[in-house]
Amino acid sequence: MTLEEEISAPQRGRGLLRAIFRSRNLTIGLFVLLLAIGMAVVSEFWTPYPPNALRIRDKLQGPSLAHWFGTDHFGRDVFSMIMAGARNSLEVALTAVAVGIGIGVPLGALAAARGGWIDGFVMRLTDLAFAFPALLTAVIVTAIFGPSAVNAMIAIGIFNIPVFARVTRGAAMGLWKRDYVLAARCAGLGDAAITWRHILPNVNHVLIVQATIQFALAVVAEAGLSYVGLGAQPPQASWGKMLSDSQTYIYSAAHLAIFPGLAITITVLGLNLLGDGLRDLLDPRVRRQR
Amino acid sequence: MTSYVLGRLFALLLTTLAASLIVFLLMQILPGDPAAVMLGVNAQPETLAALRTKLGLDQPLWTRYLDWIGGFPFGDFGVSHTYSTPISQLLAPRIMVTLPLALLSMAISVGVALPVGVYAASRRGKPGDFLSMGAAQIGVAIPNFWLGLLLILFFALHLRWLPASGFAGWEDGLWRGLRSLILPALALGLPLAAILARVTRSAVIEALGEDFIRTARAKGLTSRAALWRHATPNALIPVATIVGMQFSFLLAGTIIIENVFNLPGVGRLIFQSIAQRDLVTVQSLVTLLAACVIFVNFLVDLAYGWLDPRLAAGGGR
Repeated sequence: MTLEEEISAPQRGRGLLRAIFRSRNLTIGLFVLLLAIGMAVVSEFWTPYPPNALRIRDKLQGPSLAHWFGTDHFGRDVFSMIMAGARNSLEVALTAVAVGIGIGVPLGALAAARGGWIDGFVMRLTDLAFAFPALLTAVIVTAIFGPSAVNAMIAIGIFNIPVFARVTRGAAMGLWKRDYVLAARCAGLGDAAITWRHILPNVNHVLIVQATIQFALAVVAEAGLSYVGLGAQPPQASWGKMLSDSQTYIYSAAHLAIFPGLAITITVLGLNLLGDGLRDLLDPRVRRQR
Repeated sequence: MTSYVLGRLFALLLTTLAASLIVFLLMQILPGDPAAVMLGVNAQPETLAALRTKLGLDQPLWTRYLDWIGGFPFGDFGVSHTYSTPISQLLAPRIMVTLPLALLSMAISVGVALPVGVYAASRRGKPGDFLSMGAAQIGVAIPNFWLGLLLILFFALHLRWLPASGFAGWEDGLWRGLRSLILPALALGLPLAAILARVTRSAVIEALGEDFIRTARAKGLTSRAALWRHATPNALIPVATIVGMQFSFLLAGTIIIENVFNLPGVGRLIFQSIAQRDLVTVQSLVTLLAACVIFVNFLVDLAYGWLDPRLAAGGGR
């Protein structure tokens, strides 16, 4: 019986679950992420009040049993808007990370596999991309194509491309010198097949951790773009837009500024903890350094 | 060392030129003819053609690019289509807001992060480490524009210590100008300090594990002296890298923070120019910001040589 057969799948699954619950960071991070996803999914078919329902006579109410997080200047229920905003935030961030992975990982893998001028060219391209502050890139892209949630996804995604290209290349470079890659080459496999079968599975853990970090950054970037009016457009609920609206009423209704900000901070905090926890779980070197 | 600096300078120049070309080409995709925007929908075709000639919009792409970028070394960034004023004149008063804001934020970031990071490393695994890194973890997660709103709520509206928004200018003394920048600089600097404190802690912990620290301790140095005189200076290279990268975040951050605090800086000028389809102003400002980031990265590269003379001597990195 091989070692792999000996450690049966259910046992490995239980081991993973035990590892997750042993790590405080992973447990809290996963809980927050699942909470945000849960809010986003539930908001599709239920919110305490319709998020876009205007009730002017109920406007600017503080938190109460009827409206847990109060109401805004149009009398809309802030809690319902935060639930609906979670969907927008997660959708934009997820797509932006997917764009980064979809283009950045193949670019980085190509640079590592081929080396030479291709590697130099890809790296200079990423150097160039890093010369533009992420948010500035996003502002320019949304300025060119017009403000919308979809364009915010593309804008934030564009900045993720060089990040994933760099991380993939950095992690893959060392692997190309390993014996098992040499063996695969002797067996007649080409660069693409080696990358697919041997390199990518071995850089997965780095990419998962980076994806969590970029996901958190994308949530903040989306909120920032919506705050300055370049992200989601009304009537779509967005945490950043809620903060921007709150500024006008900051003297009379401070709660409008508190709850959307807390939603962003808790989500980002959860994702950061998840990233830290995954790094501990997947990279034994980091675990030793702590 | 000289060839290293010259090589980096050459790379800096090439990257800046490439960045300027990208910005220029991107701006050409922007929908809307600037001449039509300036003259409005009722403009006569002849007037439109005359203005297009005056603005150089009838020239080939390459000529326009070379004309525009050729002025940069002489401080000529073109003329704003909206204000009909040289961009350098628009920029001058705004830099006097954005640059002090960025420098103050950076000072806050480094000034808070270094002591906190070194302290946490020296108390590794103890309550002091747990508390300071817990605060840093929360600090990293707080978006700067929300922190800005919280600071306005507490320090401007509740305590009434500092102005909630606007810029008082430098004409009435340093303090009046500085007062308007304290809250925005805190909003920008504190989240960056949280990131930097975590990096500093890790770098100092790694340095504390090195053989030279054991040697220093064996020679009779106190743990405090070993920490400050040997571990901390050796931890500065990763810290310098992050400080350089943070400059890029800072510049982007000023764009939003200037909106939160209603500051008349470069960030707000970019927004106004985008809204008014003032292409030349947008492309010049964005190129200048990118050039600043590239230049700061170059300075960080040089700082490596100063922080670790082995690197400057070609010891390999």
